[in-house]
Amino acid sequence: MTERSPRSEHDPDERGYYGGKYGGRFMPEALIGVVDEVATEYDKARADPAFNAELKRLLRDYAGRPSLLTEAVRFGEHAGGARIFLKREDLNHTGSHKINNVLGQALLTKRMGKKRVIAETGAGQHGVATATACALLDLECVVYMGEVDTQRQSLNVARMRLLGAEVVPVKTGSRTLKDAINEALRDWVTNADTTHYLFGTAAGPYPFPTMVRNFHKVIGEEARAQVLEQTGRLPDAVAACVGGGSNAIGIFHGFIDDPDVRLVGLEPGGDGVETGRHGATLTKGTPGNLHGAMSYLLQDEDGQTMESHSISAGLDYPGVGPEHAWLKDSGRAEYRPITDAQAMEALKLLSRTEGIIPAIESAHALAGAIQLGQELGREALILVNLSGRGDKDMDTAAEWFGLVGK
Amino acid sequence: MSLQALFEQTRGEGRAALVGYLPAGYPSVEGSKDMLAAMIDGGTDLVEVGMPYSDPVMDGPTIQLAADTALKQGVRIKHLFEVVESVSARGGRAVVMTYWNPVHRYGVDRFARDLAAAGGLGMITPDLVPDEAAEWLAASEEHGLDRIFLVAPSSSEERIDLTARAASGFLYATSVMGVTGARDKVGAGAADLVRRARVHTDLPIGVGLGVRSRAQAAEVAGFADAVIVGSALVTKAAEGASAVRELSAELAEGVRQPVSA
Repeated sequence: MTERSPRSEHDPDERGYYGGKYGGRFMPEALIGVVDEVATEYDKARADPAFNAELKRLLRDYAGRPSLLTEAVRFGEHAGGARIFLKREDLNHTGSHKINNVLGQALLTKRMGKKRVIAETGAGQHGVATATACALLDLECVVYMGEVDTQRQSLNVARMRLLGAEVVPVKTGSRTLKDAINEALRDWVTNADTTHYLFGTAAGPYPFPTMVRNFHKVIGEEARAQVLEQTGRLPDAVAACVGGGSNAIGIFHGFIDDPDVRLVGLEPGGDGVETGRHGATLTKGTPGNLHGAMSYLLQDEDGQTMESHSISAGLDYPGVGPEHAWLKDSGRAEYRPITDAQAMEALKLLSRTEGIIPAIESAHALAGAIQLGQELGREALILVNLSGRGDKDMDTAAEWFGLVGK
Repeated sequence: MSLQALFEQTRGEGRAALVGYLPAGYPSVEGSKDMLAAMIDGGTDLVEVGMPYSDPVMDGPTIQLAADTALKQGVRIKHLFEVVESVSARGGRAVVMTYWNPVHRYGVDRFARDLAAAGGLGMITPDLVPDEAAEWLAASEEHGLDRIFLVAPSSSEERIDLTARAASGFLYATSVMGVTGARDKVGAGAADLVRRARVHTDLPIGVGLGVRSRAQAAEVAGFADAVIVGSALVTKAAEGASAVRELSAELAEGVRQPVSA
């Protein structure tokens, strides 16, 4: 389940580049020392049976792994009659896939002898997972969150505070996830000696894209075994939502060496990519660097980052992890935009056909599965990463569908 | 006048050079030309013209706010070169300080060519380490520009050595671990970092982050070849050109009265 050898053929080169082009470390010199420390300590940890055993124990006894694989029969009728299987990361403790990476990095923090953790959060899922792990492992926790997001995800702010974390609303720039990351980096450069930056997605400077991916690979490894057991074959396509891209890279890696399995990432199309109000970085972006890695980016002609737009706070990010950039260029994965409206329809459909309310992020993957099913037909078998549950999105959903106050 | 000639001159005079920063386009494109002129009139030896950027992770609130203001008013890379040109046209010396993505997006060689054409002497790259700088190393050679890389208190001996080997003009030592912003005290680590760096290089070494007063300038001049001032001048730019000129003159006195450590 966990990697024994320090490096695999799917790891980036020694300088942290995927395909020789995406990744690297575009960071201030002041942070190179601490980033090196994380890389060195992570390489030791991933080869250490005791570390892996402890992580495996926490994932099983605390987070609830393995997560279920559920066939969505009634939902599949609306997806061209295809067989749809849901990887139920929504059933993990704290309600999303984020806990996999957080437990791994929190153990690494202890291993490095650090007592303070900082994190960024958009929807609040990563912040809640981080606050949870810090409570469990007795670490001080500070979460940076864009002021706009603290308002649209106020319940998660309360959860983090209840768990003992300090939540800092970020009032600079667009006041969303991108700016929360900027502020966390400013904290890290000031407190690098004592603090680990528990980065929440498979982006950032090397080793973060690789480390976060490896902590989430368990999703794909479990799902591959489960789908083989339940159906006797591999899926035709794997669908996952992509903001920074951590849940997608985790499930994709279970199937990356199965060339007949299509890997499909669903990006936040917002109001529609033609309107300019979206977060579809791989569909509409160009190569550039933001937050430490060369990857795709929504940017203007002068290299200024453009604001992204999505109904989903967790996907509302103008960058994306560098391995996705390489998977796009190499053709191994394909990426499509899903509009806010398509995602919300899929959210309602899953709720009414299966009794499962997904996170709006994950609803993008479900909308992608509907498209794929209609294209591929009744014989198709599609695996969807249901990366999180929808409880946190009830305010947004109630407003979108007019569910309250009538 | 090249950076090498500048430091030969200041060393000859037994003093440190004064380096002042201001973002292009703050408070406006024309206004930034006036502010830089005032900086030079006040006795600043070298100006750093900043390119405002949407995600300035190394900057504290003062420079963030100035960059935001400039971007909201529509400052573009072409304006940056226009501002650099205004400095060279009046006989001043300018380098550009910019985060890397705008340079990458503009085209590294094209950026270097246009900077050299505007009379710029080099570029400071706060989020580009030499390890990732192959294109810039080539373009700076091609267009005769100095490349100023940063070292920090957290830099290992190995990284100081690597950085100094890749740098030219001068080496930029950040005095503390942290973001830009005026401080009451320059970090005690600054003198130590300069001493460590001198083992690896004969390049002049400038110290930045936190300097805002004559006394601090004199203190830093006691162990460094250049005193770099940013946020304090940006704050003065909000008050007007005469405030910028006054602070520059005060700092210029400081660098001429080095306090030996």
